[in-house]
Order: sequence, then structure tokens, then C-alpha cells
Amino acid sequence: MTQTIPPTPDAPFAVEMRGIVKRFPGVLANDHVDFELRAGEIHALLGENGAGKSTLMNVLAGLYRQEAGIIKVKGKPVEFHSPRDAIKSGIGMIHQHFMLVPSQTVTENVLLGLDDPRFFMRLPEYDAKVAAVGERFGLKVDPRAKIWQLSVGEQQRVELLKMLYRGANVLIMDEPTAVLAPTEIEGLFDILRSMVAQGKSVIFISHKLQEVTAIADRVSVLRRGVATATSVPSRGATRQELARLMVGRDVVFALEKKPGNPGKIVLEVKDIHADNDKGLPALRGFSLNVRAGEIVGVAGVAGNGQSELSQVIASMRKCKQGQVILNSESLTNHNTLFGIQHGMAYVPEDRNHVGSAPNLSVTDNVIMKKYRQPPISHAGMLDMSAAEKLARELKQAYDIIVPNVSTPVRLLSGGNLQRVILAREISGLPNFMVAVQPTRGLDVGAIEGVHRLLMAQRESGAGVLLISEELEELLSLSDRVYVIYEGKSMGEVKVGGVEPDESLIETIGLMMTGTPLDQIQKEGVGANG
Amino acid sequence: MAESTSLQKKRSGYKIRVEPRLDVPPAWYPLLVSLGAIVFALFLGGILISFAGGDPIRSYQHIAKASFGDIGVLSDTIVKATPILLVALACSVAFRMKLWNIGAEGQFIMGAFGASAIVLAPVLSEETPRWLYLTVMALAGMGMGAIWGFIPGYLKAKLNVNEIISTLMLNYIAVAWVNFWIFGVWSEGGFQMSPKFPNVAWLPRLAEYAKEIPIFRGLTTHAGLLIGIVAAIILWLIVYRSRWGYEIRLIGDNAQAAKYAGINITSNIIYVMMLSGALAGLGGMSEVSGVVHRLQTAPIAAGYGFTGIIVAWLAKLNPLVIVVVSVLFGALILAGREIQPSGVPKMIQGIILVSLIASDFLLRYRVRIVRADAEE
Amino acid sequence: MDPIIILQAGVATGTVLLFATIGEILAERSGVLNLGVEGMMLIGAMTAFSTTIATGNPWLGVLAAMFAAGLISQIHAFITITLQADQVVSGLALTFLGTGISLVLGEGLSKAGTVSLLPNFSIPVLSQIPILGPILFTKQSVLVYIGYLFTPLTWYFINHTRPGLNLRSVGEYPSAVDSLGISVFGLRYFYVFVGGMLAGLAGATISLAVAPGWFSELTTAGQGWIAVGLVIFAQWDPVRAMFGSYAFGALRRLILDVQGPTIIFGLNNPFYYNPYWGFFLQMLPYAFTVIVLVIGSREAMRKRLGAPAALGNPYIRGERGK
Repeated sequence: MTQTIPPTPDAPFAVEMRGIVKRFPGVLANDHVDFELRAGEIHALLGENGAGKSTLMNVLAGLYRQEAGIIKVKGKPVEFHSPRDAIKSGIGMIHQHFMLVPSQTVTENVLLGLDDPRFFMRLPEYDAKVAAVGERFGLKVDPRAKIWQLSVGEQQRVELLKMLYRGANVLIMDEPTAVLAPTEIEGLFDILRSMVAQGKSVIFISHKLQEVTAIADRVSVLRRGVATATSVPSRGATRQELARLMVGRDVVFALEKKPGNPGKIVLEVKDIHADNDKGLPALRGFSLNVRAGEIVGVAGVAGNGQSELSQVIASMRKCKQGQVILNSESLTNHNTLFGIQHGMAYVPEDRNHVGSAPNLSVTDNVIMKKYRQPPISHAGMLDMSAAEKLARELKQAYDIIVPNVSTPVRLLSGGNLQRVILAREISGLPNFMVAVQPTRGLDVGAIEGVHRLLMAQRESGAGVLLISEELEELLSLSDRVYVIYEGKSMGEVKVGGVEPDESLIETIGLMMTGTPLDQIQKEGVGANG
Repeated sequence: MAESTSLQKKRSGYKIRVEPRLDVPPAWYPLLVSLGAIVFALFLGGILISFAGGDPIRSYQHIAKASFGDIGVLSDTIVKATPILLVALACSVAFRMKLWNIGAEGQFIMGAFGASAIVLAPVLSEETPRWLYLTVMALAGMGMGAIWGFIPGYLKAKLNVNEIISTLMLNYIAVAWVNFWIFGVWSEGGFQMSPKFPNVAWLPRLAEYAKEIPIFRGLTTHAGLLIGIVAAIILWLIVYRSRWGYEIRLIGDNAQAAKYAGINITSNIIYVMMLSGALAGLGGMSEVSGVVHRLQTAPIAAGYGFTGIIVAWLAKLNPLVIVVVSVLFGALILAGREIQPSGVPKMIQGIILVSLIASDFLLRYRVRIVRADAEE
Repeated sequence: MDPIIILQAGVATGTVLLFATIGEILAERSGVLNLGVEGMMLIGAMTAFSTTIATGNPWLGVLAAMFAAGLISQIHAFITITLQADQVVSGLALTFLGTGISLVLGEGLSKAGTVSLLPNFSIPVLSQIPILGPILFTKQSVLVYIGYLFTPLTWYFINHTRPGLNLRSVGEYPSAVDSLGISVFGLRYFYVFVGGMLAGLAGATISLAVAPGWFSELTTAGQGWIAVGLVIFAQWDPVRAMFGSYAFGALRRLILDVQGPTIIFGLNNPFYYNPYWGFFLQMLPYAFTVIVLVIGSREAMRKRLGAPAALGNPYIRGERGK
């Protein structure tokens, strides 16, 4: 199965990993994986969610210990007991969730864990040093700014700066583009190219094929903990080929979508304003509407107000101004219960901390929105046998894999838990559903299942609002897409065809970085980027 | 995915491997772990007792004999267990919602005060039928306890004030409050105690029925036990079989999810704190009316509130299990009065709680010993 | 009812709260809530007193107290850091345990004779400053002077040194600390230990300086809990903790002094003529703690800051966001 291209005699190995094994309880995350990185290359590590990419790289970064296998840096075998050892060997990892302390300054974050300065933090002196390193690699950030004041893109630069300041030669970037807008991605690629030009090597973890072909010199692919390709030159490989290596079969790039039949408006959001948890404005006059029998997408870079939007709609966050209207009834700043009673379903972003009660059973979790009415409830008491019957029916109908319905849901896999949540929400026969990032962190099979359930909702005549950061997902499911940027709507585009065309993606990309649709139409696509 | 190697310790060719449990352990397993924790705690306590110059084996023998030796001491044990039972029920319902009400002690004292006020004010004449008199006392006790639970509940719900500290501070305030009344207003001959209650204010004791059932002669077990058991059953039904109980469990496990399910958390915090306070207050009523028969600080501020916390935890917050566990702790306290040094029962309670919390680890993780070189 | 005397005594009694509060601030800044302060203080007070009786040297008593309380704090550290148990329950258990052990091992100590106490002295020159001189620098215990130095040093340590940076970071975002190869567990164990030592020092301050002797649980009378409350009021800042502690100390003294004179503000003193009114005065420190908590919590809500972000959460490598 493994395709190995004979090493081209261009550059020495910066890193070699041979036969790496790492297991977690119940999962073999890396099964004798080989990986090699040459000096001065950008090497993509491709694989689906859960394929073991991050685990392999966490081993290389010293965060996990491998159970078998060896690591060589510049030809010499090394043993990493902690990330500190890895950093000493010149390997630095930039995690998907930034490892930055929000309440501290850029310089403080850069200096964390170093030996110099030894005791007294003479910050002004070090602000200058940090700024100088930033200058050299074209990473502009104010060293005195606190992390929480910075945008996601800037925070990513701080992470790079942190590693470069330590003299890292090998930079591992875990899904670096997931949090960036298309134009920011270009900026990141420029930075990576300039670093490679200065002799650094980059490992680029991704599950997005087009990015890999755009930036990487060579590609390695992991599938279910096994390397299915090692060091393939990315120029020769086609997307179909890589996709097959990644998924194990040919991928259907688009979902079958029947022509829509939108009915009356079920949800209307009018000019809403709301603050985020820090008390800063997150939504500034956002409006949208959803009709019965259609899926409406909301696209945007993470942190532009998507979470707050869904919370305001579900009445889990106060809205300072504006209106939310469901089936021509205002539910602005009502309690959550009001929406539930008026036929709203909500699949929250965080299935572990909002969507479910981890230590309660599957039964207790599926009755969350039904425990107030018969047959579950009679005169203030619960009929537990009716509740269990419902749970067993849903387990059957939604293919929830669990030994029995009294199992606490914390023991369920992400995909199964999401099925529990969807089963609960859909079985309430909603006329409107908000789904936020419903497929995040799921494997391909589970993602397809979720997509099919959302499409079924559309066909049964419910309105669905799908908020996602995956553009492909939005384009393949939605009938219309709104783009949100800094809490404002940049406009609305129709998504008609099965295969989204390039100019549409480009338009949405521009909107995601803050260009309103009407401006794009005035100036014409391409004028700005 | 949690890191499994973080707790690995190398030990001559073998290593201890700790991994999160991915399944539900069989029903007997938690019981075994809890029992193991208690045995371990008693063993550790024994070491400390002998360190302080006592004889652990004799101490434990004494506890067993002095609390279960014959029907007379068994009855005394149950008398001691009654306030613990009600207080533990109070703690359990609050803990279920992750409300750390450690003010059951104060709510218990205020309950005792409320019930006593009916007698001492006096609110009712001594001619009132006994059942009515006692019912009013119980309601007054529950009411005062509920008020004492409402204050921290309100502060927590509306102002986000840490309930651990506020409930604890209210304990001290409750003691001073009762002291004021028994010293300044209801003092009997300048002592810090009220006059003795009339018989109508006494909860019936088994000894009262000795004429019909001779074996009850001299037994001090009073109707408070019955109140406690009924309360436990009702509480069990509330928690596991009612809509409100479902809401309490949901909030306790994940407040965000409860909010998402449309449950009003703010008002539930206040209601549950009031329920908790009322149960503790009922315990206070049962103690003054069933045992002390007067209002006096020392016997009612005897740390039942704290023992209740441990009992609730040991019973894993299950009201029916609490009934059984309170009897064991009643024994410990009863026998403990005569053990030297006098801090022993308190210390053993502390050690038991510590080992119990530590033992929970075994419910969440699987600990295995494997060969160090094994790659599985 | 001389305000100078009340403040002077307030600073002395407040030093107990100061040590305990700053100790708890350090532990909480590392992400570990330790509600066992009361128990650790009792252990400290008992150990200090009994060691001093045994050796005749109060300094040995102080050291032993710090060590013993630090040692018992490690039970909490083990249970919450390694075994990842709930910090609230474990802290409560530690209070029970500390109280129980100090009662058992302190048996008979209350009848022990007098011991040599820590020295009291005035600072030349400084004691001559009007108002502040008599309050702060006249006939105070050596531990009070240590407290003066201790607060600014801790503040500087937290905010301007490398270990302070590590401390702040591990309480806010432990995975960042872990990803750079600093041991999260190590830091947390260490600061729980330091918190324990300071609680022990607070206990020793009671039994060897402020209110010499061993009076079982009444030795601390809930001051450990007040310290936990003061941490919230202080918003995890040692300087605010100092003002809070001294204010509480002065309040305790004021309560005693109010009951003395027959005439107060030109009226018959009700607390003198009806001594049982004094029970209301006894409530004051506890009632004030609740009020102070309300103030602290409101402030935290308004400014949307306050507790270290990771406070109360066990660190498990690989779980995001903690």
C-alpha cells in the first residue's frame, strides 16, 4: 500500500521518524509510521480528522512519547522527554489551538519557558529583541500587545515568532489555515516561503487538498494511523489521487441535492447587536432570513460573531438591539424554553459542553427537550420507562452505537454523540433548526451521516441555518450563503449548482475578509485580489 | 484523548499503566472501592491514633461495642444518626447541583431556633394537640432553615457570590444569633440555655410505648428517625423521578446544557438552596424536639453539618444510601465521645473523606500493571 | 477606643490573614483552589505551639509549623493534581483532616504552661513618624514586620520575575506552559506547598504572637475561611490582600474595644450594659466577609476578569483549552 519515492538527492534529512507507534486507550493512533523531512522543504502531512497526523507530530514535538520507533534529527537519534528537548533540537510546533496565554503580552509569551532572562524580567529590553526577530522574518506584531487584543492571524504570527525566537529550524504547523480567511492564507504562505528561503523546514498538517498542492513541495498521507504515502512530490500528484490515499476510496466531491422548494419565512433576524463574553461588540446589526425547506449557510472566518449569532437566535445570549422572529412570533430575549416550545431545534457548536450532559445517560440526554410533556412527564413526575422506550427507538433509528441507553454519554465517540444530539433535536419535529459546526472533528463517515440528516430536514420542509467554517460544506449543502465579517453581513449569495465555480469561491473569500458584496459587484471580481 | 503515559512509573521491569475507563464498571465495583477506601482510612487513622498515644484496636473495638453492642446502645446510635441523616439529605440535594452548601450546620442551628421559638415565644399554647404542635414546630424549623439557605442561594444566583464562603460565614452568624437569644432573652437562670420544653413539644420516643411493647423500655429513639426516612424517600423520588429532579441533575452535570434545554438556572439555585436549608432545619427541629428538649448551643452546634457532608459524599448523593451510611457515622460519633484523644472521630471522618475522594480515581481510570517492555 | 490602638492591633491580627490570604493567592494563581486553609492553619498553630514548648525556641516552632502545613497541603495537591479530583471537595476534606489531626495531636496542649514567644520590638526612627509610627512600627511582633516586606516582594515576584511569569501562565493556560516543556504538575505541587507553608505561618502567627496558646478549633475561629473570601475581594492581588487583611484585623479589635467603655459617643454603651448584645458584634467579621465577597464578585462581574482562567480545572494533557 505504501508508495515510497526514492529520496531525491537534493537535501539532507532534517528529521526522520521510523516505525513510530503510539496508542491511546482503545485507539492505535500511529501504527509503525515512517516520516521524513528534508532541509528547506515544505512538507505536507495529509489525512482526515482522526488519521493520527496531530499525534505523530505531537510525538515529534516531544509532547507525547512514542511506544516504539526512533526519531533522528539531522541524522542523529534523539529521545524527547518533553517539548523542551524537542525545542532544543530545533523542532517547534504551532498547535491548532494556540498555546498562548491570553492575559499576557507578546513578549511574555515568547519568553515563557526560556532561560534568558534568568530571573528579573526586563521586559522593555526584550520587547526590542522580539521585535527584531519579527522584523527578520516579516512577522509584524507589537511586542507589548496583550494576546487577547490580537486577531487570530496575529496570534498565529506570535506563535511562529515564539518558535523562531527559540531558533527552531523545523516548524510544525497543525492545520494553520483552519482559522484564517483566504487572503490571510496567502499571507501565511508568503511567510512560510520566506522562512524556507532562509533555510528552515516546515511541516504543514492539513486535510485540505487544494492547499497542499498549492504550498507543499512533498506530501505524506496518513489514514487511520497508517502511512499510505510517504514523501510524494506534490507537483506530480493529482487531487483525486491524494484523496484516494487519504480516504481509501474515491471521494464524491458533491452531495446529491434535489432542487429546493423554499416556502414562507420561518426565521427572521433583524439588525441584531450583541456583545461577546468579554463585553466587546460581536454582532453589529446583522440580519438574515431562512425560509421553510431551505438550508441557509453562514460563512466566515472563526470569531467573527458566528457563535454569538447562534446563541442570540437560541436565546442563550442577550441581544442589545434588533429582533429575532420565529414563525412571525418575536422571541427576542425570551428564555431558551420559548424557542424550544415554538419549534426551534439547536445543534450547538460545543457538543460536549453545551449540547449534552456528559455523566448522564443516553436516556437523560435525549429527553432534554421533551421531559416537560407527556408521555415522558405526568403531573410533575417522570415516566422513566417511557423515556427509555424513546431512547431505544432513537438509538435504533439514528444508528447510535452504544451498549445500552443507560450508558453515560461521555463514553460515546464524537460521531455517536452528535447523532444523539441530532436524534434529540430532529425527533422534536422542528420547523427551524440552527446547526453550528455540526461536523467539526468527525470522521468522513460521520460527516456524511450528518449531512444526510440536514438534507432530510430541508426536504421535510424545515428551515435550516447552517453556520460553518468549512466552505466546502456550506457550498455543497446550502441554497444561500450569508457571509459574516466582524459581526456584520457582507451580503448574501445564491448557491445553485452542484459544483461551485471558482469565481463564487473567490467572491465569498473576499467577503470573508471584509469586502461587502455590493462593492465587489461594483468593482468586479479580481479588482481587489 | 487524554494522555495515558503521564502517570507511568517504572518499577523493575513492570510499569503502572493508567488509562481512562471507556466503559461502565459493574455495579459492585464502586461499592468495593468505597469499602476499600474506608478500610484504608481506618488503618491510617489507627496509625495516627497510636502516634498520639492511643490504642487503635481498642478504640475501634470500643466504637463497635459502644454503638451496636445491645439494643440500648443501638437505639442511642440511631438517635445520633437522625440529625446526620437529615443534614446529609440537605447536603446531597445541594451537592447534586454542584452547590457547595457547607452551611447545613448553620441551617440546622437556625431550624432548631425556629422550632424552639414556637415553644419559647410562645406561639402556641400548651393545650394545643401534640400532632399540631409538633407540625407547627417542624414547619417553623424548616422555614428558618430555608431562610438561611435562601440568603446564600440568592447571593449566588443574583450576584455570583461564592456559596462556599457565604454559607460557612452564616454558620458562625447562626451560632451567635442563637447565643444572643438563649443568653439575653430566653435564658434559664443566667445559664446559656433556655428552659426545658413542655412535653407537648417532645417528639414521641419509643420508650413512651414501653407499656404495649416491653422491649422499648428506656429506648430514646424518637420520631425524628421516621421523619428522616420519609424525607429520604421523598427526596429520592424528587431527584430520580420528578421533572424538578431531572432539572437538578441536568444543572448539576452541565449547567450550560441545562440552560440550552430551557431550564432557569437562577431560580433553581435559590429553590434548591431553600430545599437544602429546609431539610437541615428539619434536622434541627428534630434534634431540639426529640433529644435536647431545650434550646442550647453546645449540643446542636456539634458539627452535624460537617458530618453530613461526608455522609452525603460517601453515599454518592443517593438519599436511600444516606440512610444506611448515617447510622454508621452515628455510631462513630456516639462512641467517639468517650474515646481519648477527643479529636479522634473528627480526624477519622477527615481521613475517610480524603480516601473516598482519592478512590474516585479508580472509578474513572483503569490502573493496570504491565511489563515495561510490552508493546501489546 | 483609641483609634491608634485599634489600628495597631489590627495590623498585628491582620498579619495572620495576610499570610494565609497571600498563600492562597499563590496556590490559586497556579490554578489550584485550596479550601483547606482553615485546616492547614490549625495544623500550623498546633505544631508551632507544641514545638515551641518542646524546644523552647519559637523560631523552630515557626519553621515546624510551615513544614507541617506544607506537608499536609500535599495531600490536596496529590488528590487534585495527580488524581484530578474535585478541588472543592478535596479542600473541604483537607479542612476536616487538618482540624481532626490538630485536635488529636494537640490534646492537652491547652493546659501547657507559658512558652517563649516571638519578640516584639519598635523600629527606631520609623516609630517616630506621626500616626503611622505608632500604628505600624511600635512594639509589633517580628512577624508583623516580615509581613510588611512580604507583600511587596510577593507582588514583585508575581508580576516581574520569570518564576512569576510561569506562575501566572500555569493558572491561566496550562497547556501553553506544558507545550514549552515546563511541568504543569511540578508548578502546581510547588505553589500548593507554598500556600500550605504560608497557612502554617499564619497559624504560627496566632499561636506564637497574636493570641498565644492553643484553644483547639477556636484558635483560628474561621479565619482560614475569611482568608479564602479575602482572595476574591483582593482579586488575586497581594497588595489588595494586605489592605483587606489589616482592615479585618482592625475590625476584630474594634469589636473587643467597643464592649469596654461605659459611655460611647456620649451615650450609655448598650454593649456594656447588655453584654449579650455583644453576640451581634461577634457576627460582624463574618457578615463583613459576606459583604466583602459581594463587593469582590460584583467588581469581577463588571470588569469581566478575576479568577485565573484555569482555576479549579485539573490539567490533563491533550484536553483542549485547559
